[in-house]
Amino acid sequence: MSLADTLVDAPVDGAHSHVDPQSASAAGFVPDASRAERTASFDLDAFPVPRGREEEWRFTPVRKLAGLFDIGDQLQPGHLLVQADLPPDVTTATITAAEAQALGILPPQDRAAAVAAAVDDALLLDIPAESEPDTPIRLRLEGTGETVHGHIVIRAGRHSRATVVLEHSGSARYTQLVSVVTGDSADLTVVSSQRWNDDAVHLAQHDALVGRDSTYKHVSVTLGGQVVRINANVRYAGPGGDATLLGVYFADAGQHLEHRSFIDHNTPHCKSRVTYKGALQGESARTVWVGDVLIRKEAEGTDTYELNRNLVLTDGARADSVPNLEIETGEIAGAGHASATGRFDDLQLFYLQSRGIPEDQAKRLVVRGFFADIIRHVPLADLRDEVTAAIEDELAATEYAAPTLNHSGTASKEN
Amino acid sequence: MSDLTDPTATADATDAKGKHTLEIKGLMVSVETEDGPKEILRGVDLTVNSGETHALMGPNGSGKSTLAYSVAGHPKYTVTGGTVTLDGEDVLAMSVDKRARAGLFLAMQYPVEVPGVSVSNFLRTAKTAIDGEAPKLRTWVKDVKAAMGNLRMDAAFAERNVNEGFSGGEKKRHEILQMQLLHPKIAILDETDSGLDVDALKVVSEGVNRVKSESDVGVLLITHYTRILRYIKPDFVHVFIEGKIVEEGGAELADRLEDEGYDRYATPASA
Repeated sequence: MSLADTLVDAPVDGAHSHVDPQSASAAGFVPDASRAERTASFDLDAFPVPRGREEEWRFTPVRKLAGLFDIGDQLQPGHLLVQADLPPDVTTATITAAEAQALGILPPQDRAAAVAAAVDDALLLDIPAESEPDTPIRLRLEGTGETVHGHIVIRAGRHSRATVVLEHSGSARYTQLVSVVTGDSADLTVVSSQRWNDDAVHLAQHDALVGRDSTYKHVSVTLGGQVVRINANVRYAGPGGDATLLGVYFADAGQHLEHRSFIDHNTPHCKSRVTYKGALQGESARTVWVGDVLIRKEAEGTDTYELNRNLVLTDGARADSVPNLEIETGEIAGAGHASATGRFDDLQLFYLQSRGIPEDQAKRLVVRGFFADIIRHVPLADLRDEVTAAIEDELAATEYAAPTLNHSGTASKEN
Repeated sequence: MSDLTDPTATADATDAKGKHTLEIKGLMVSVETEDGPKEILRGVDLTVNSGETHALMGPNGSGKSTLAYSVAGHPKYTVTGGTVTLDGEDVLAMSVDKRARAGLFLAMQYPVEVPGVSVSNFLRTAKTAIDGEAPKLRTWVKDVKAAMGNLRMDAAFAERNVNEGFSGGEKKRHEILQMQLLHPKIAILDETDSGLDVDALKVVSEGVNRVKSESDVGVLLITHYTRILRYIKPDFVHVFIEGKIVEEGGAELADRLEDEGYDRYATPASA
């Protein structure tokens, strides 16, 4: 039975929230009855080329994705420039699609991911059992204007503890599959930063099969790119798994930034936390967040909570926020979700301004504070600073929507 | 003490021109409701000079907080008549932040939570905005620490987010901390005593008295109860009923209110 949307917190400001299942079905979309029924397969032919009417593509500008749904010229595949910082224990190898599948990775859940899964030069990143590298594993992935299909497999051995940072930059049309498999009691953090150029297109599925008693954290930082869609998914290989998905995004005019997640609670006594926060500014800035959580019948003792907040800084921007929670067992520890999209809180601004802080600076403080609880989870100080600075840059260019606070005294004096 | 470490404070307080005046004349304010605008302030006249402490007392719903918010520039309230000036400057023409930089301070009854913004960052940002330059790091850290110590605030407080998860008493101490650090010319304390137990009330009152003794701040103390006036001695007491001042006197008026309450001011309409 689906309990979708029954636990949604009241939006701060409903005017900019666009959750409307009625209009979706009226337009001919066919929502899944259950996320459990969604196709998952390594077979490309299992996924028709999306036309934009499918449930999982209905928010995405598929017309801008030409070339990303087909394998293309296998003799001359495009590549990203890859630069890796590897701690001593960690090794890399190139493996075939069949070898990747044999590692027990999760199957693709849309056509773009199936395209990426088919490449025969997947990059395997191997973190050996019990390894605890002192420094993070950094992969700098730079686009050089090509169309690229890429597959990265991250294998974290049992009792290992590591951080992997994927830093995307440059220009590319890129379909990407990142497949994480963690061993028992592993502790893995994956940060994916999207600092693409304005013309980049990035369709990604980042999957994790979380081992027994394993801790997995995935952090998305999406600031650049024309169309970026990151689907972060989790499934559990055994009880005691703990998964946290975090995201910050900041969309400017002309950008479409989409984040989806699917936590498949298929195992008892696992935990998940999903928190995404976004800001939008500029005409046609667009963000989408779709958070699916499925608690299967067998997943007793599940503890899950997902939250999405969007801050709309100017007129003309649009944020969609769709939490879906399906619960098939009553024996759970906790399940909830919250979604809110709104403008600045006038009272916060009033408070800050009443202490002499000018309006634009007060707004910057509020936005910085809004993102702070996620940014503090970004594991590297330099990356944290870089993200904070990038957001400050975005804000410096902001011309805010209809200020409601300033000069209220002046206006009233006319009477 | 802090006068020695912060020359700007001394300059502000004992400047040759010295005295500052907040003058409220015939102030009329309304608020938007579902049934249209509702008049709350009906012609308020009140002058607060440097060094003076005024108590504005009245029953719930009399419009006391509206007066405080209107002077600070809260967007919810619309001024429909009258003037507010600080040293002759038109306060109503100023943005909220400019009013604060001009020297007005409002300790709020319900301080607002600002998630993700630490108290220390907030205080430093506010101080920088008010002074027009960043405070000298060494003396600033010392001043903040001393002020927090005086208000019996733990050092860890500075790293918490502004008002987030603060108890009622912590919020009020935080307001008075700001008053002490920002050196306003005129401070309006809106029901700073409400919701405090007697120990917290003493700490907060001591804080206000300390600021008064260290500077020449003019204070407008808005309160429902006479209790705080045992700790902060007013020079003037104003009784506020239904949007205007109906009686004025010295500290003895507060004693009478203590005995008699506000009933004798009740009009047939509100009875």
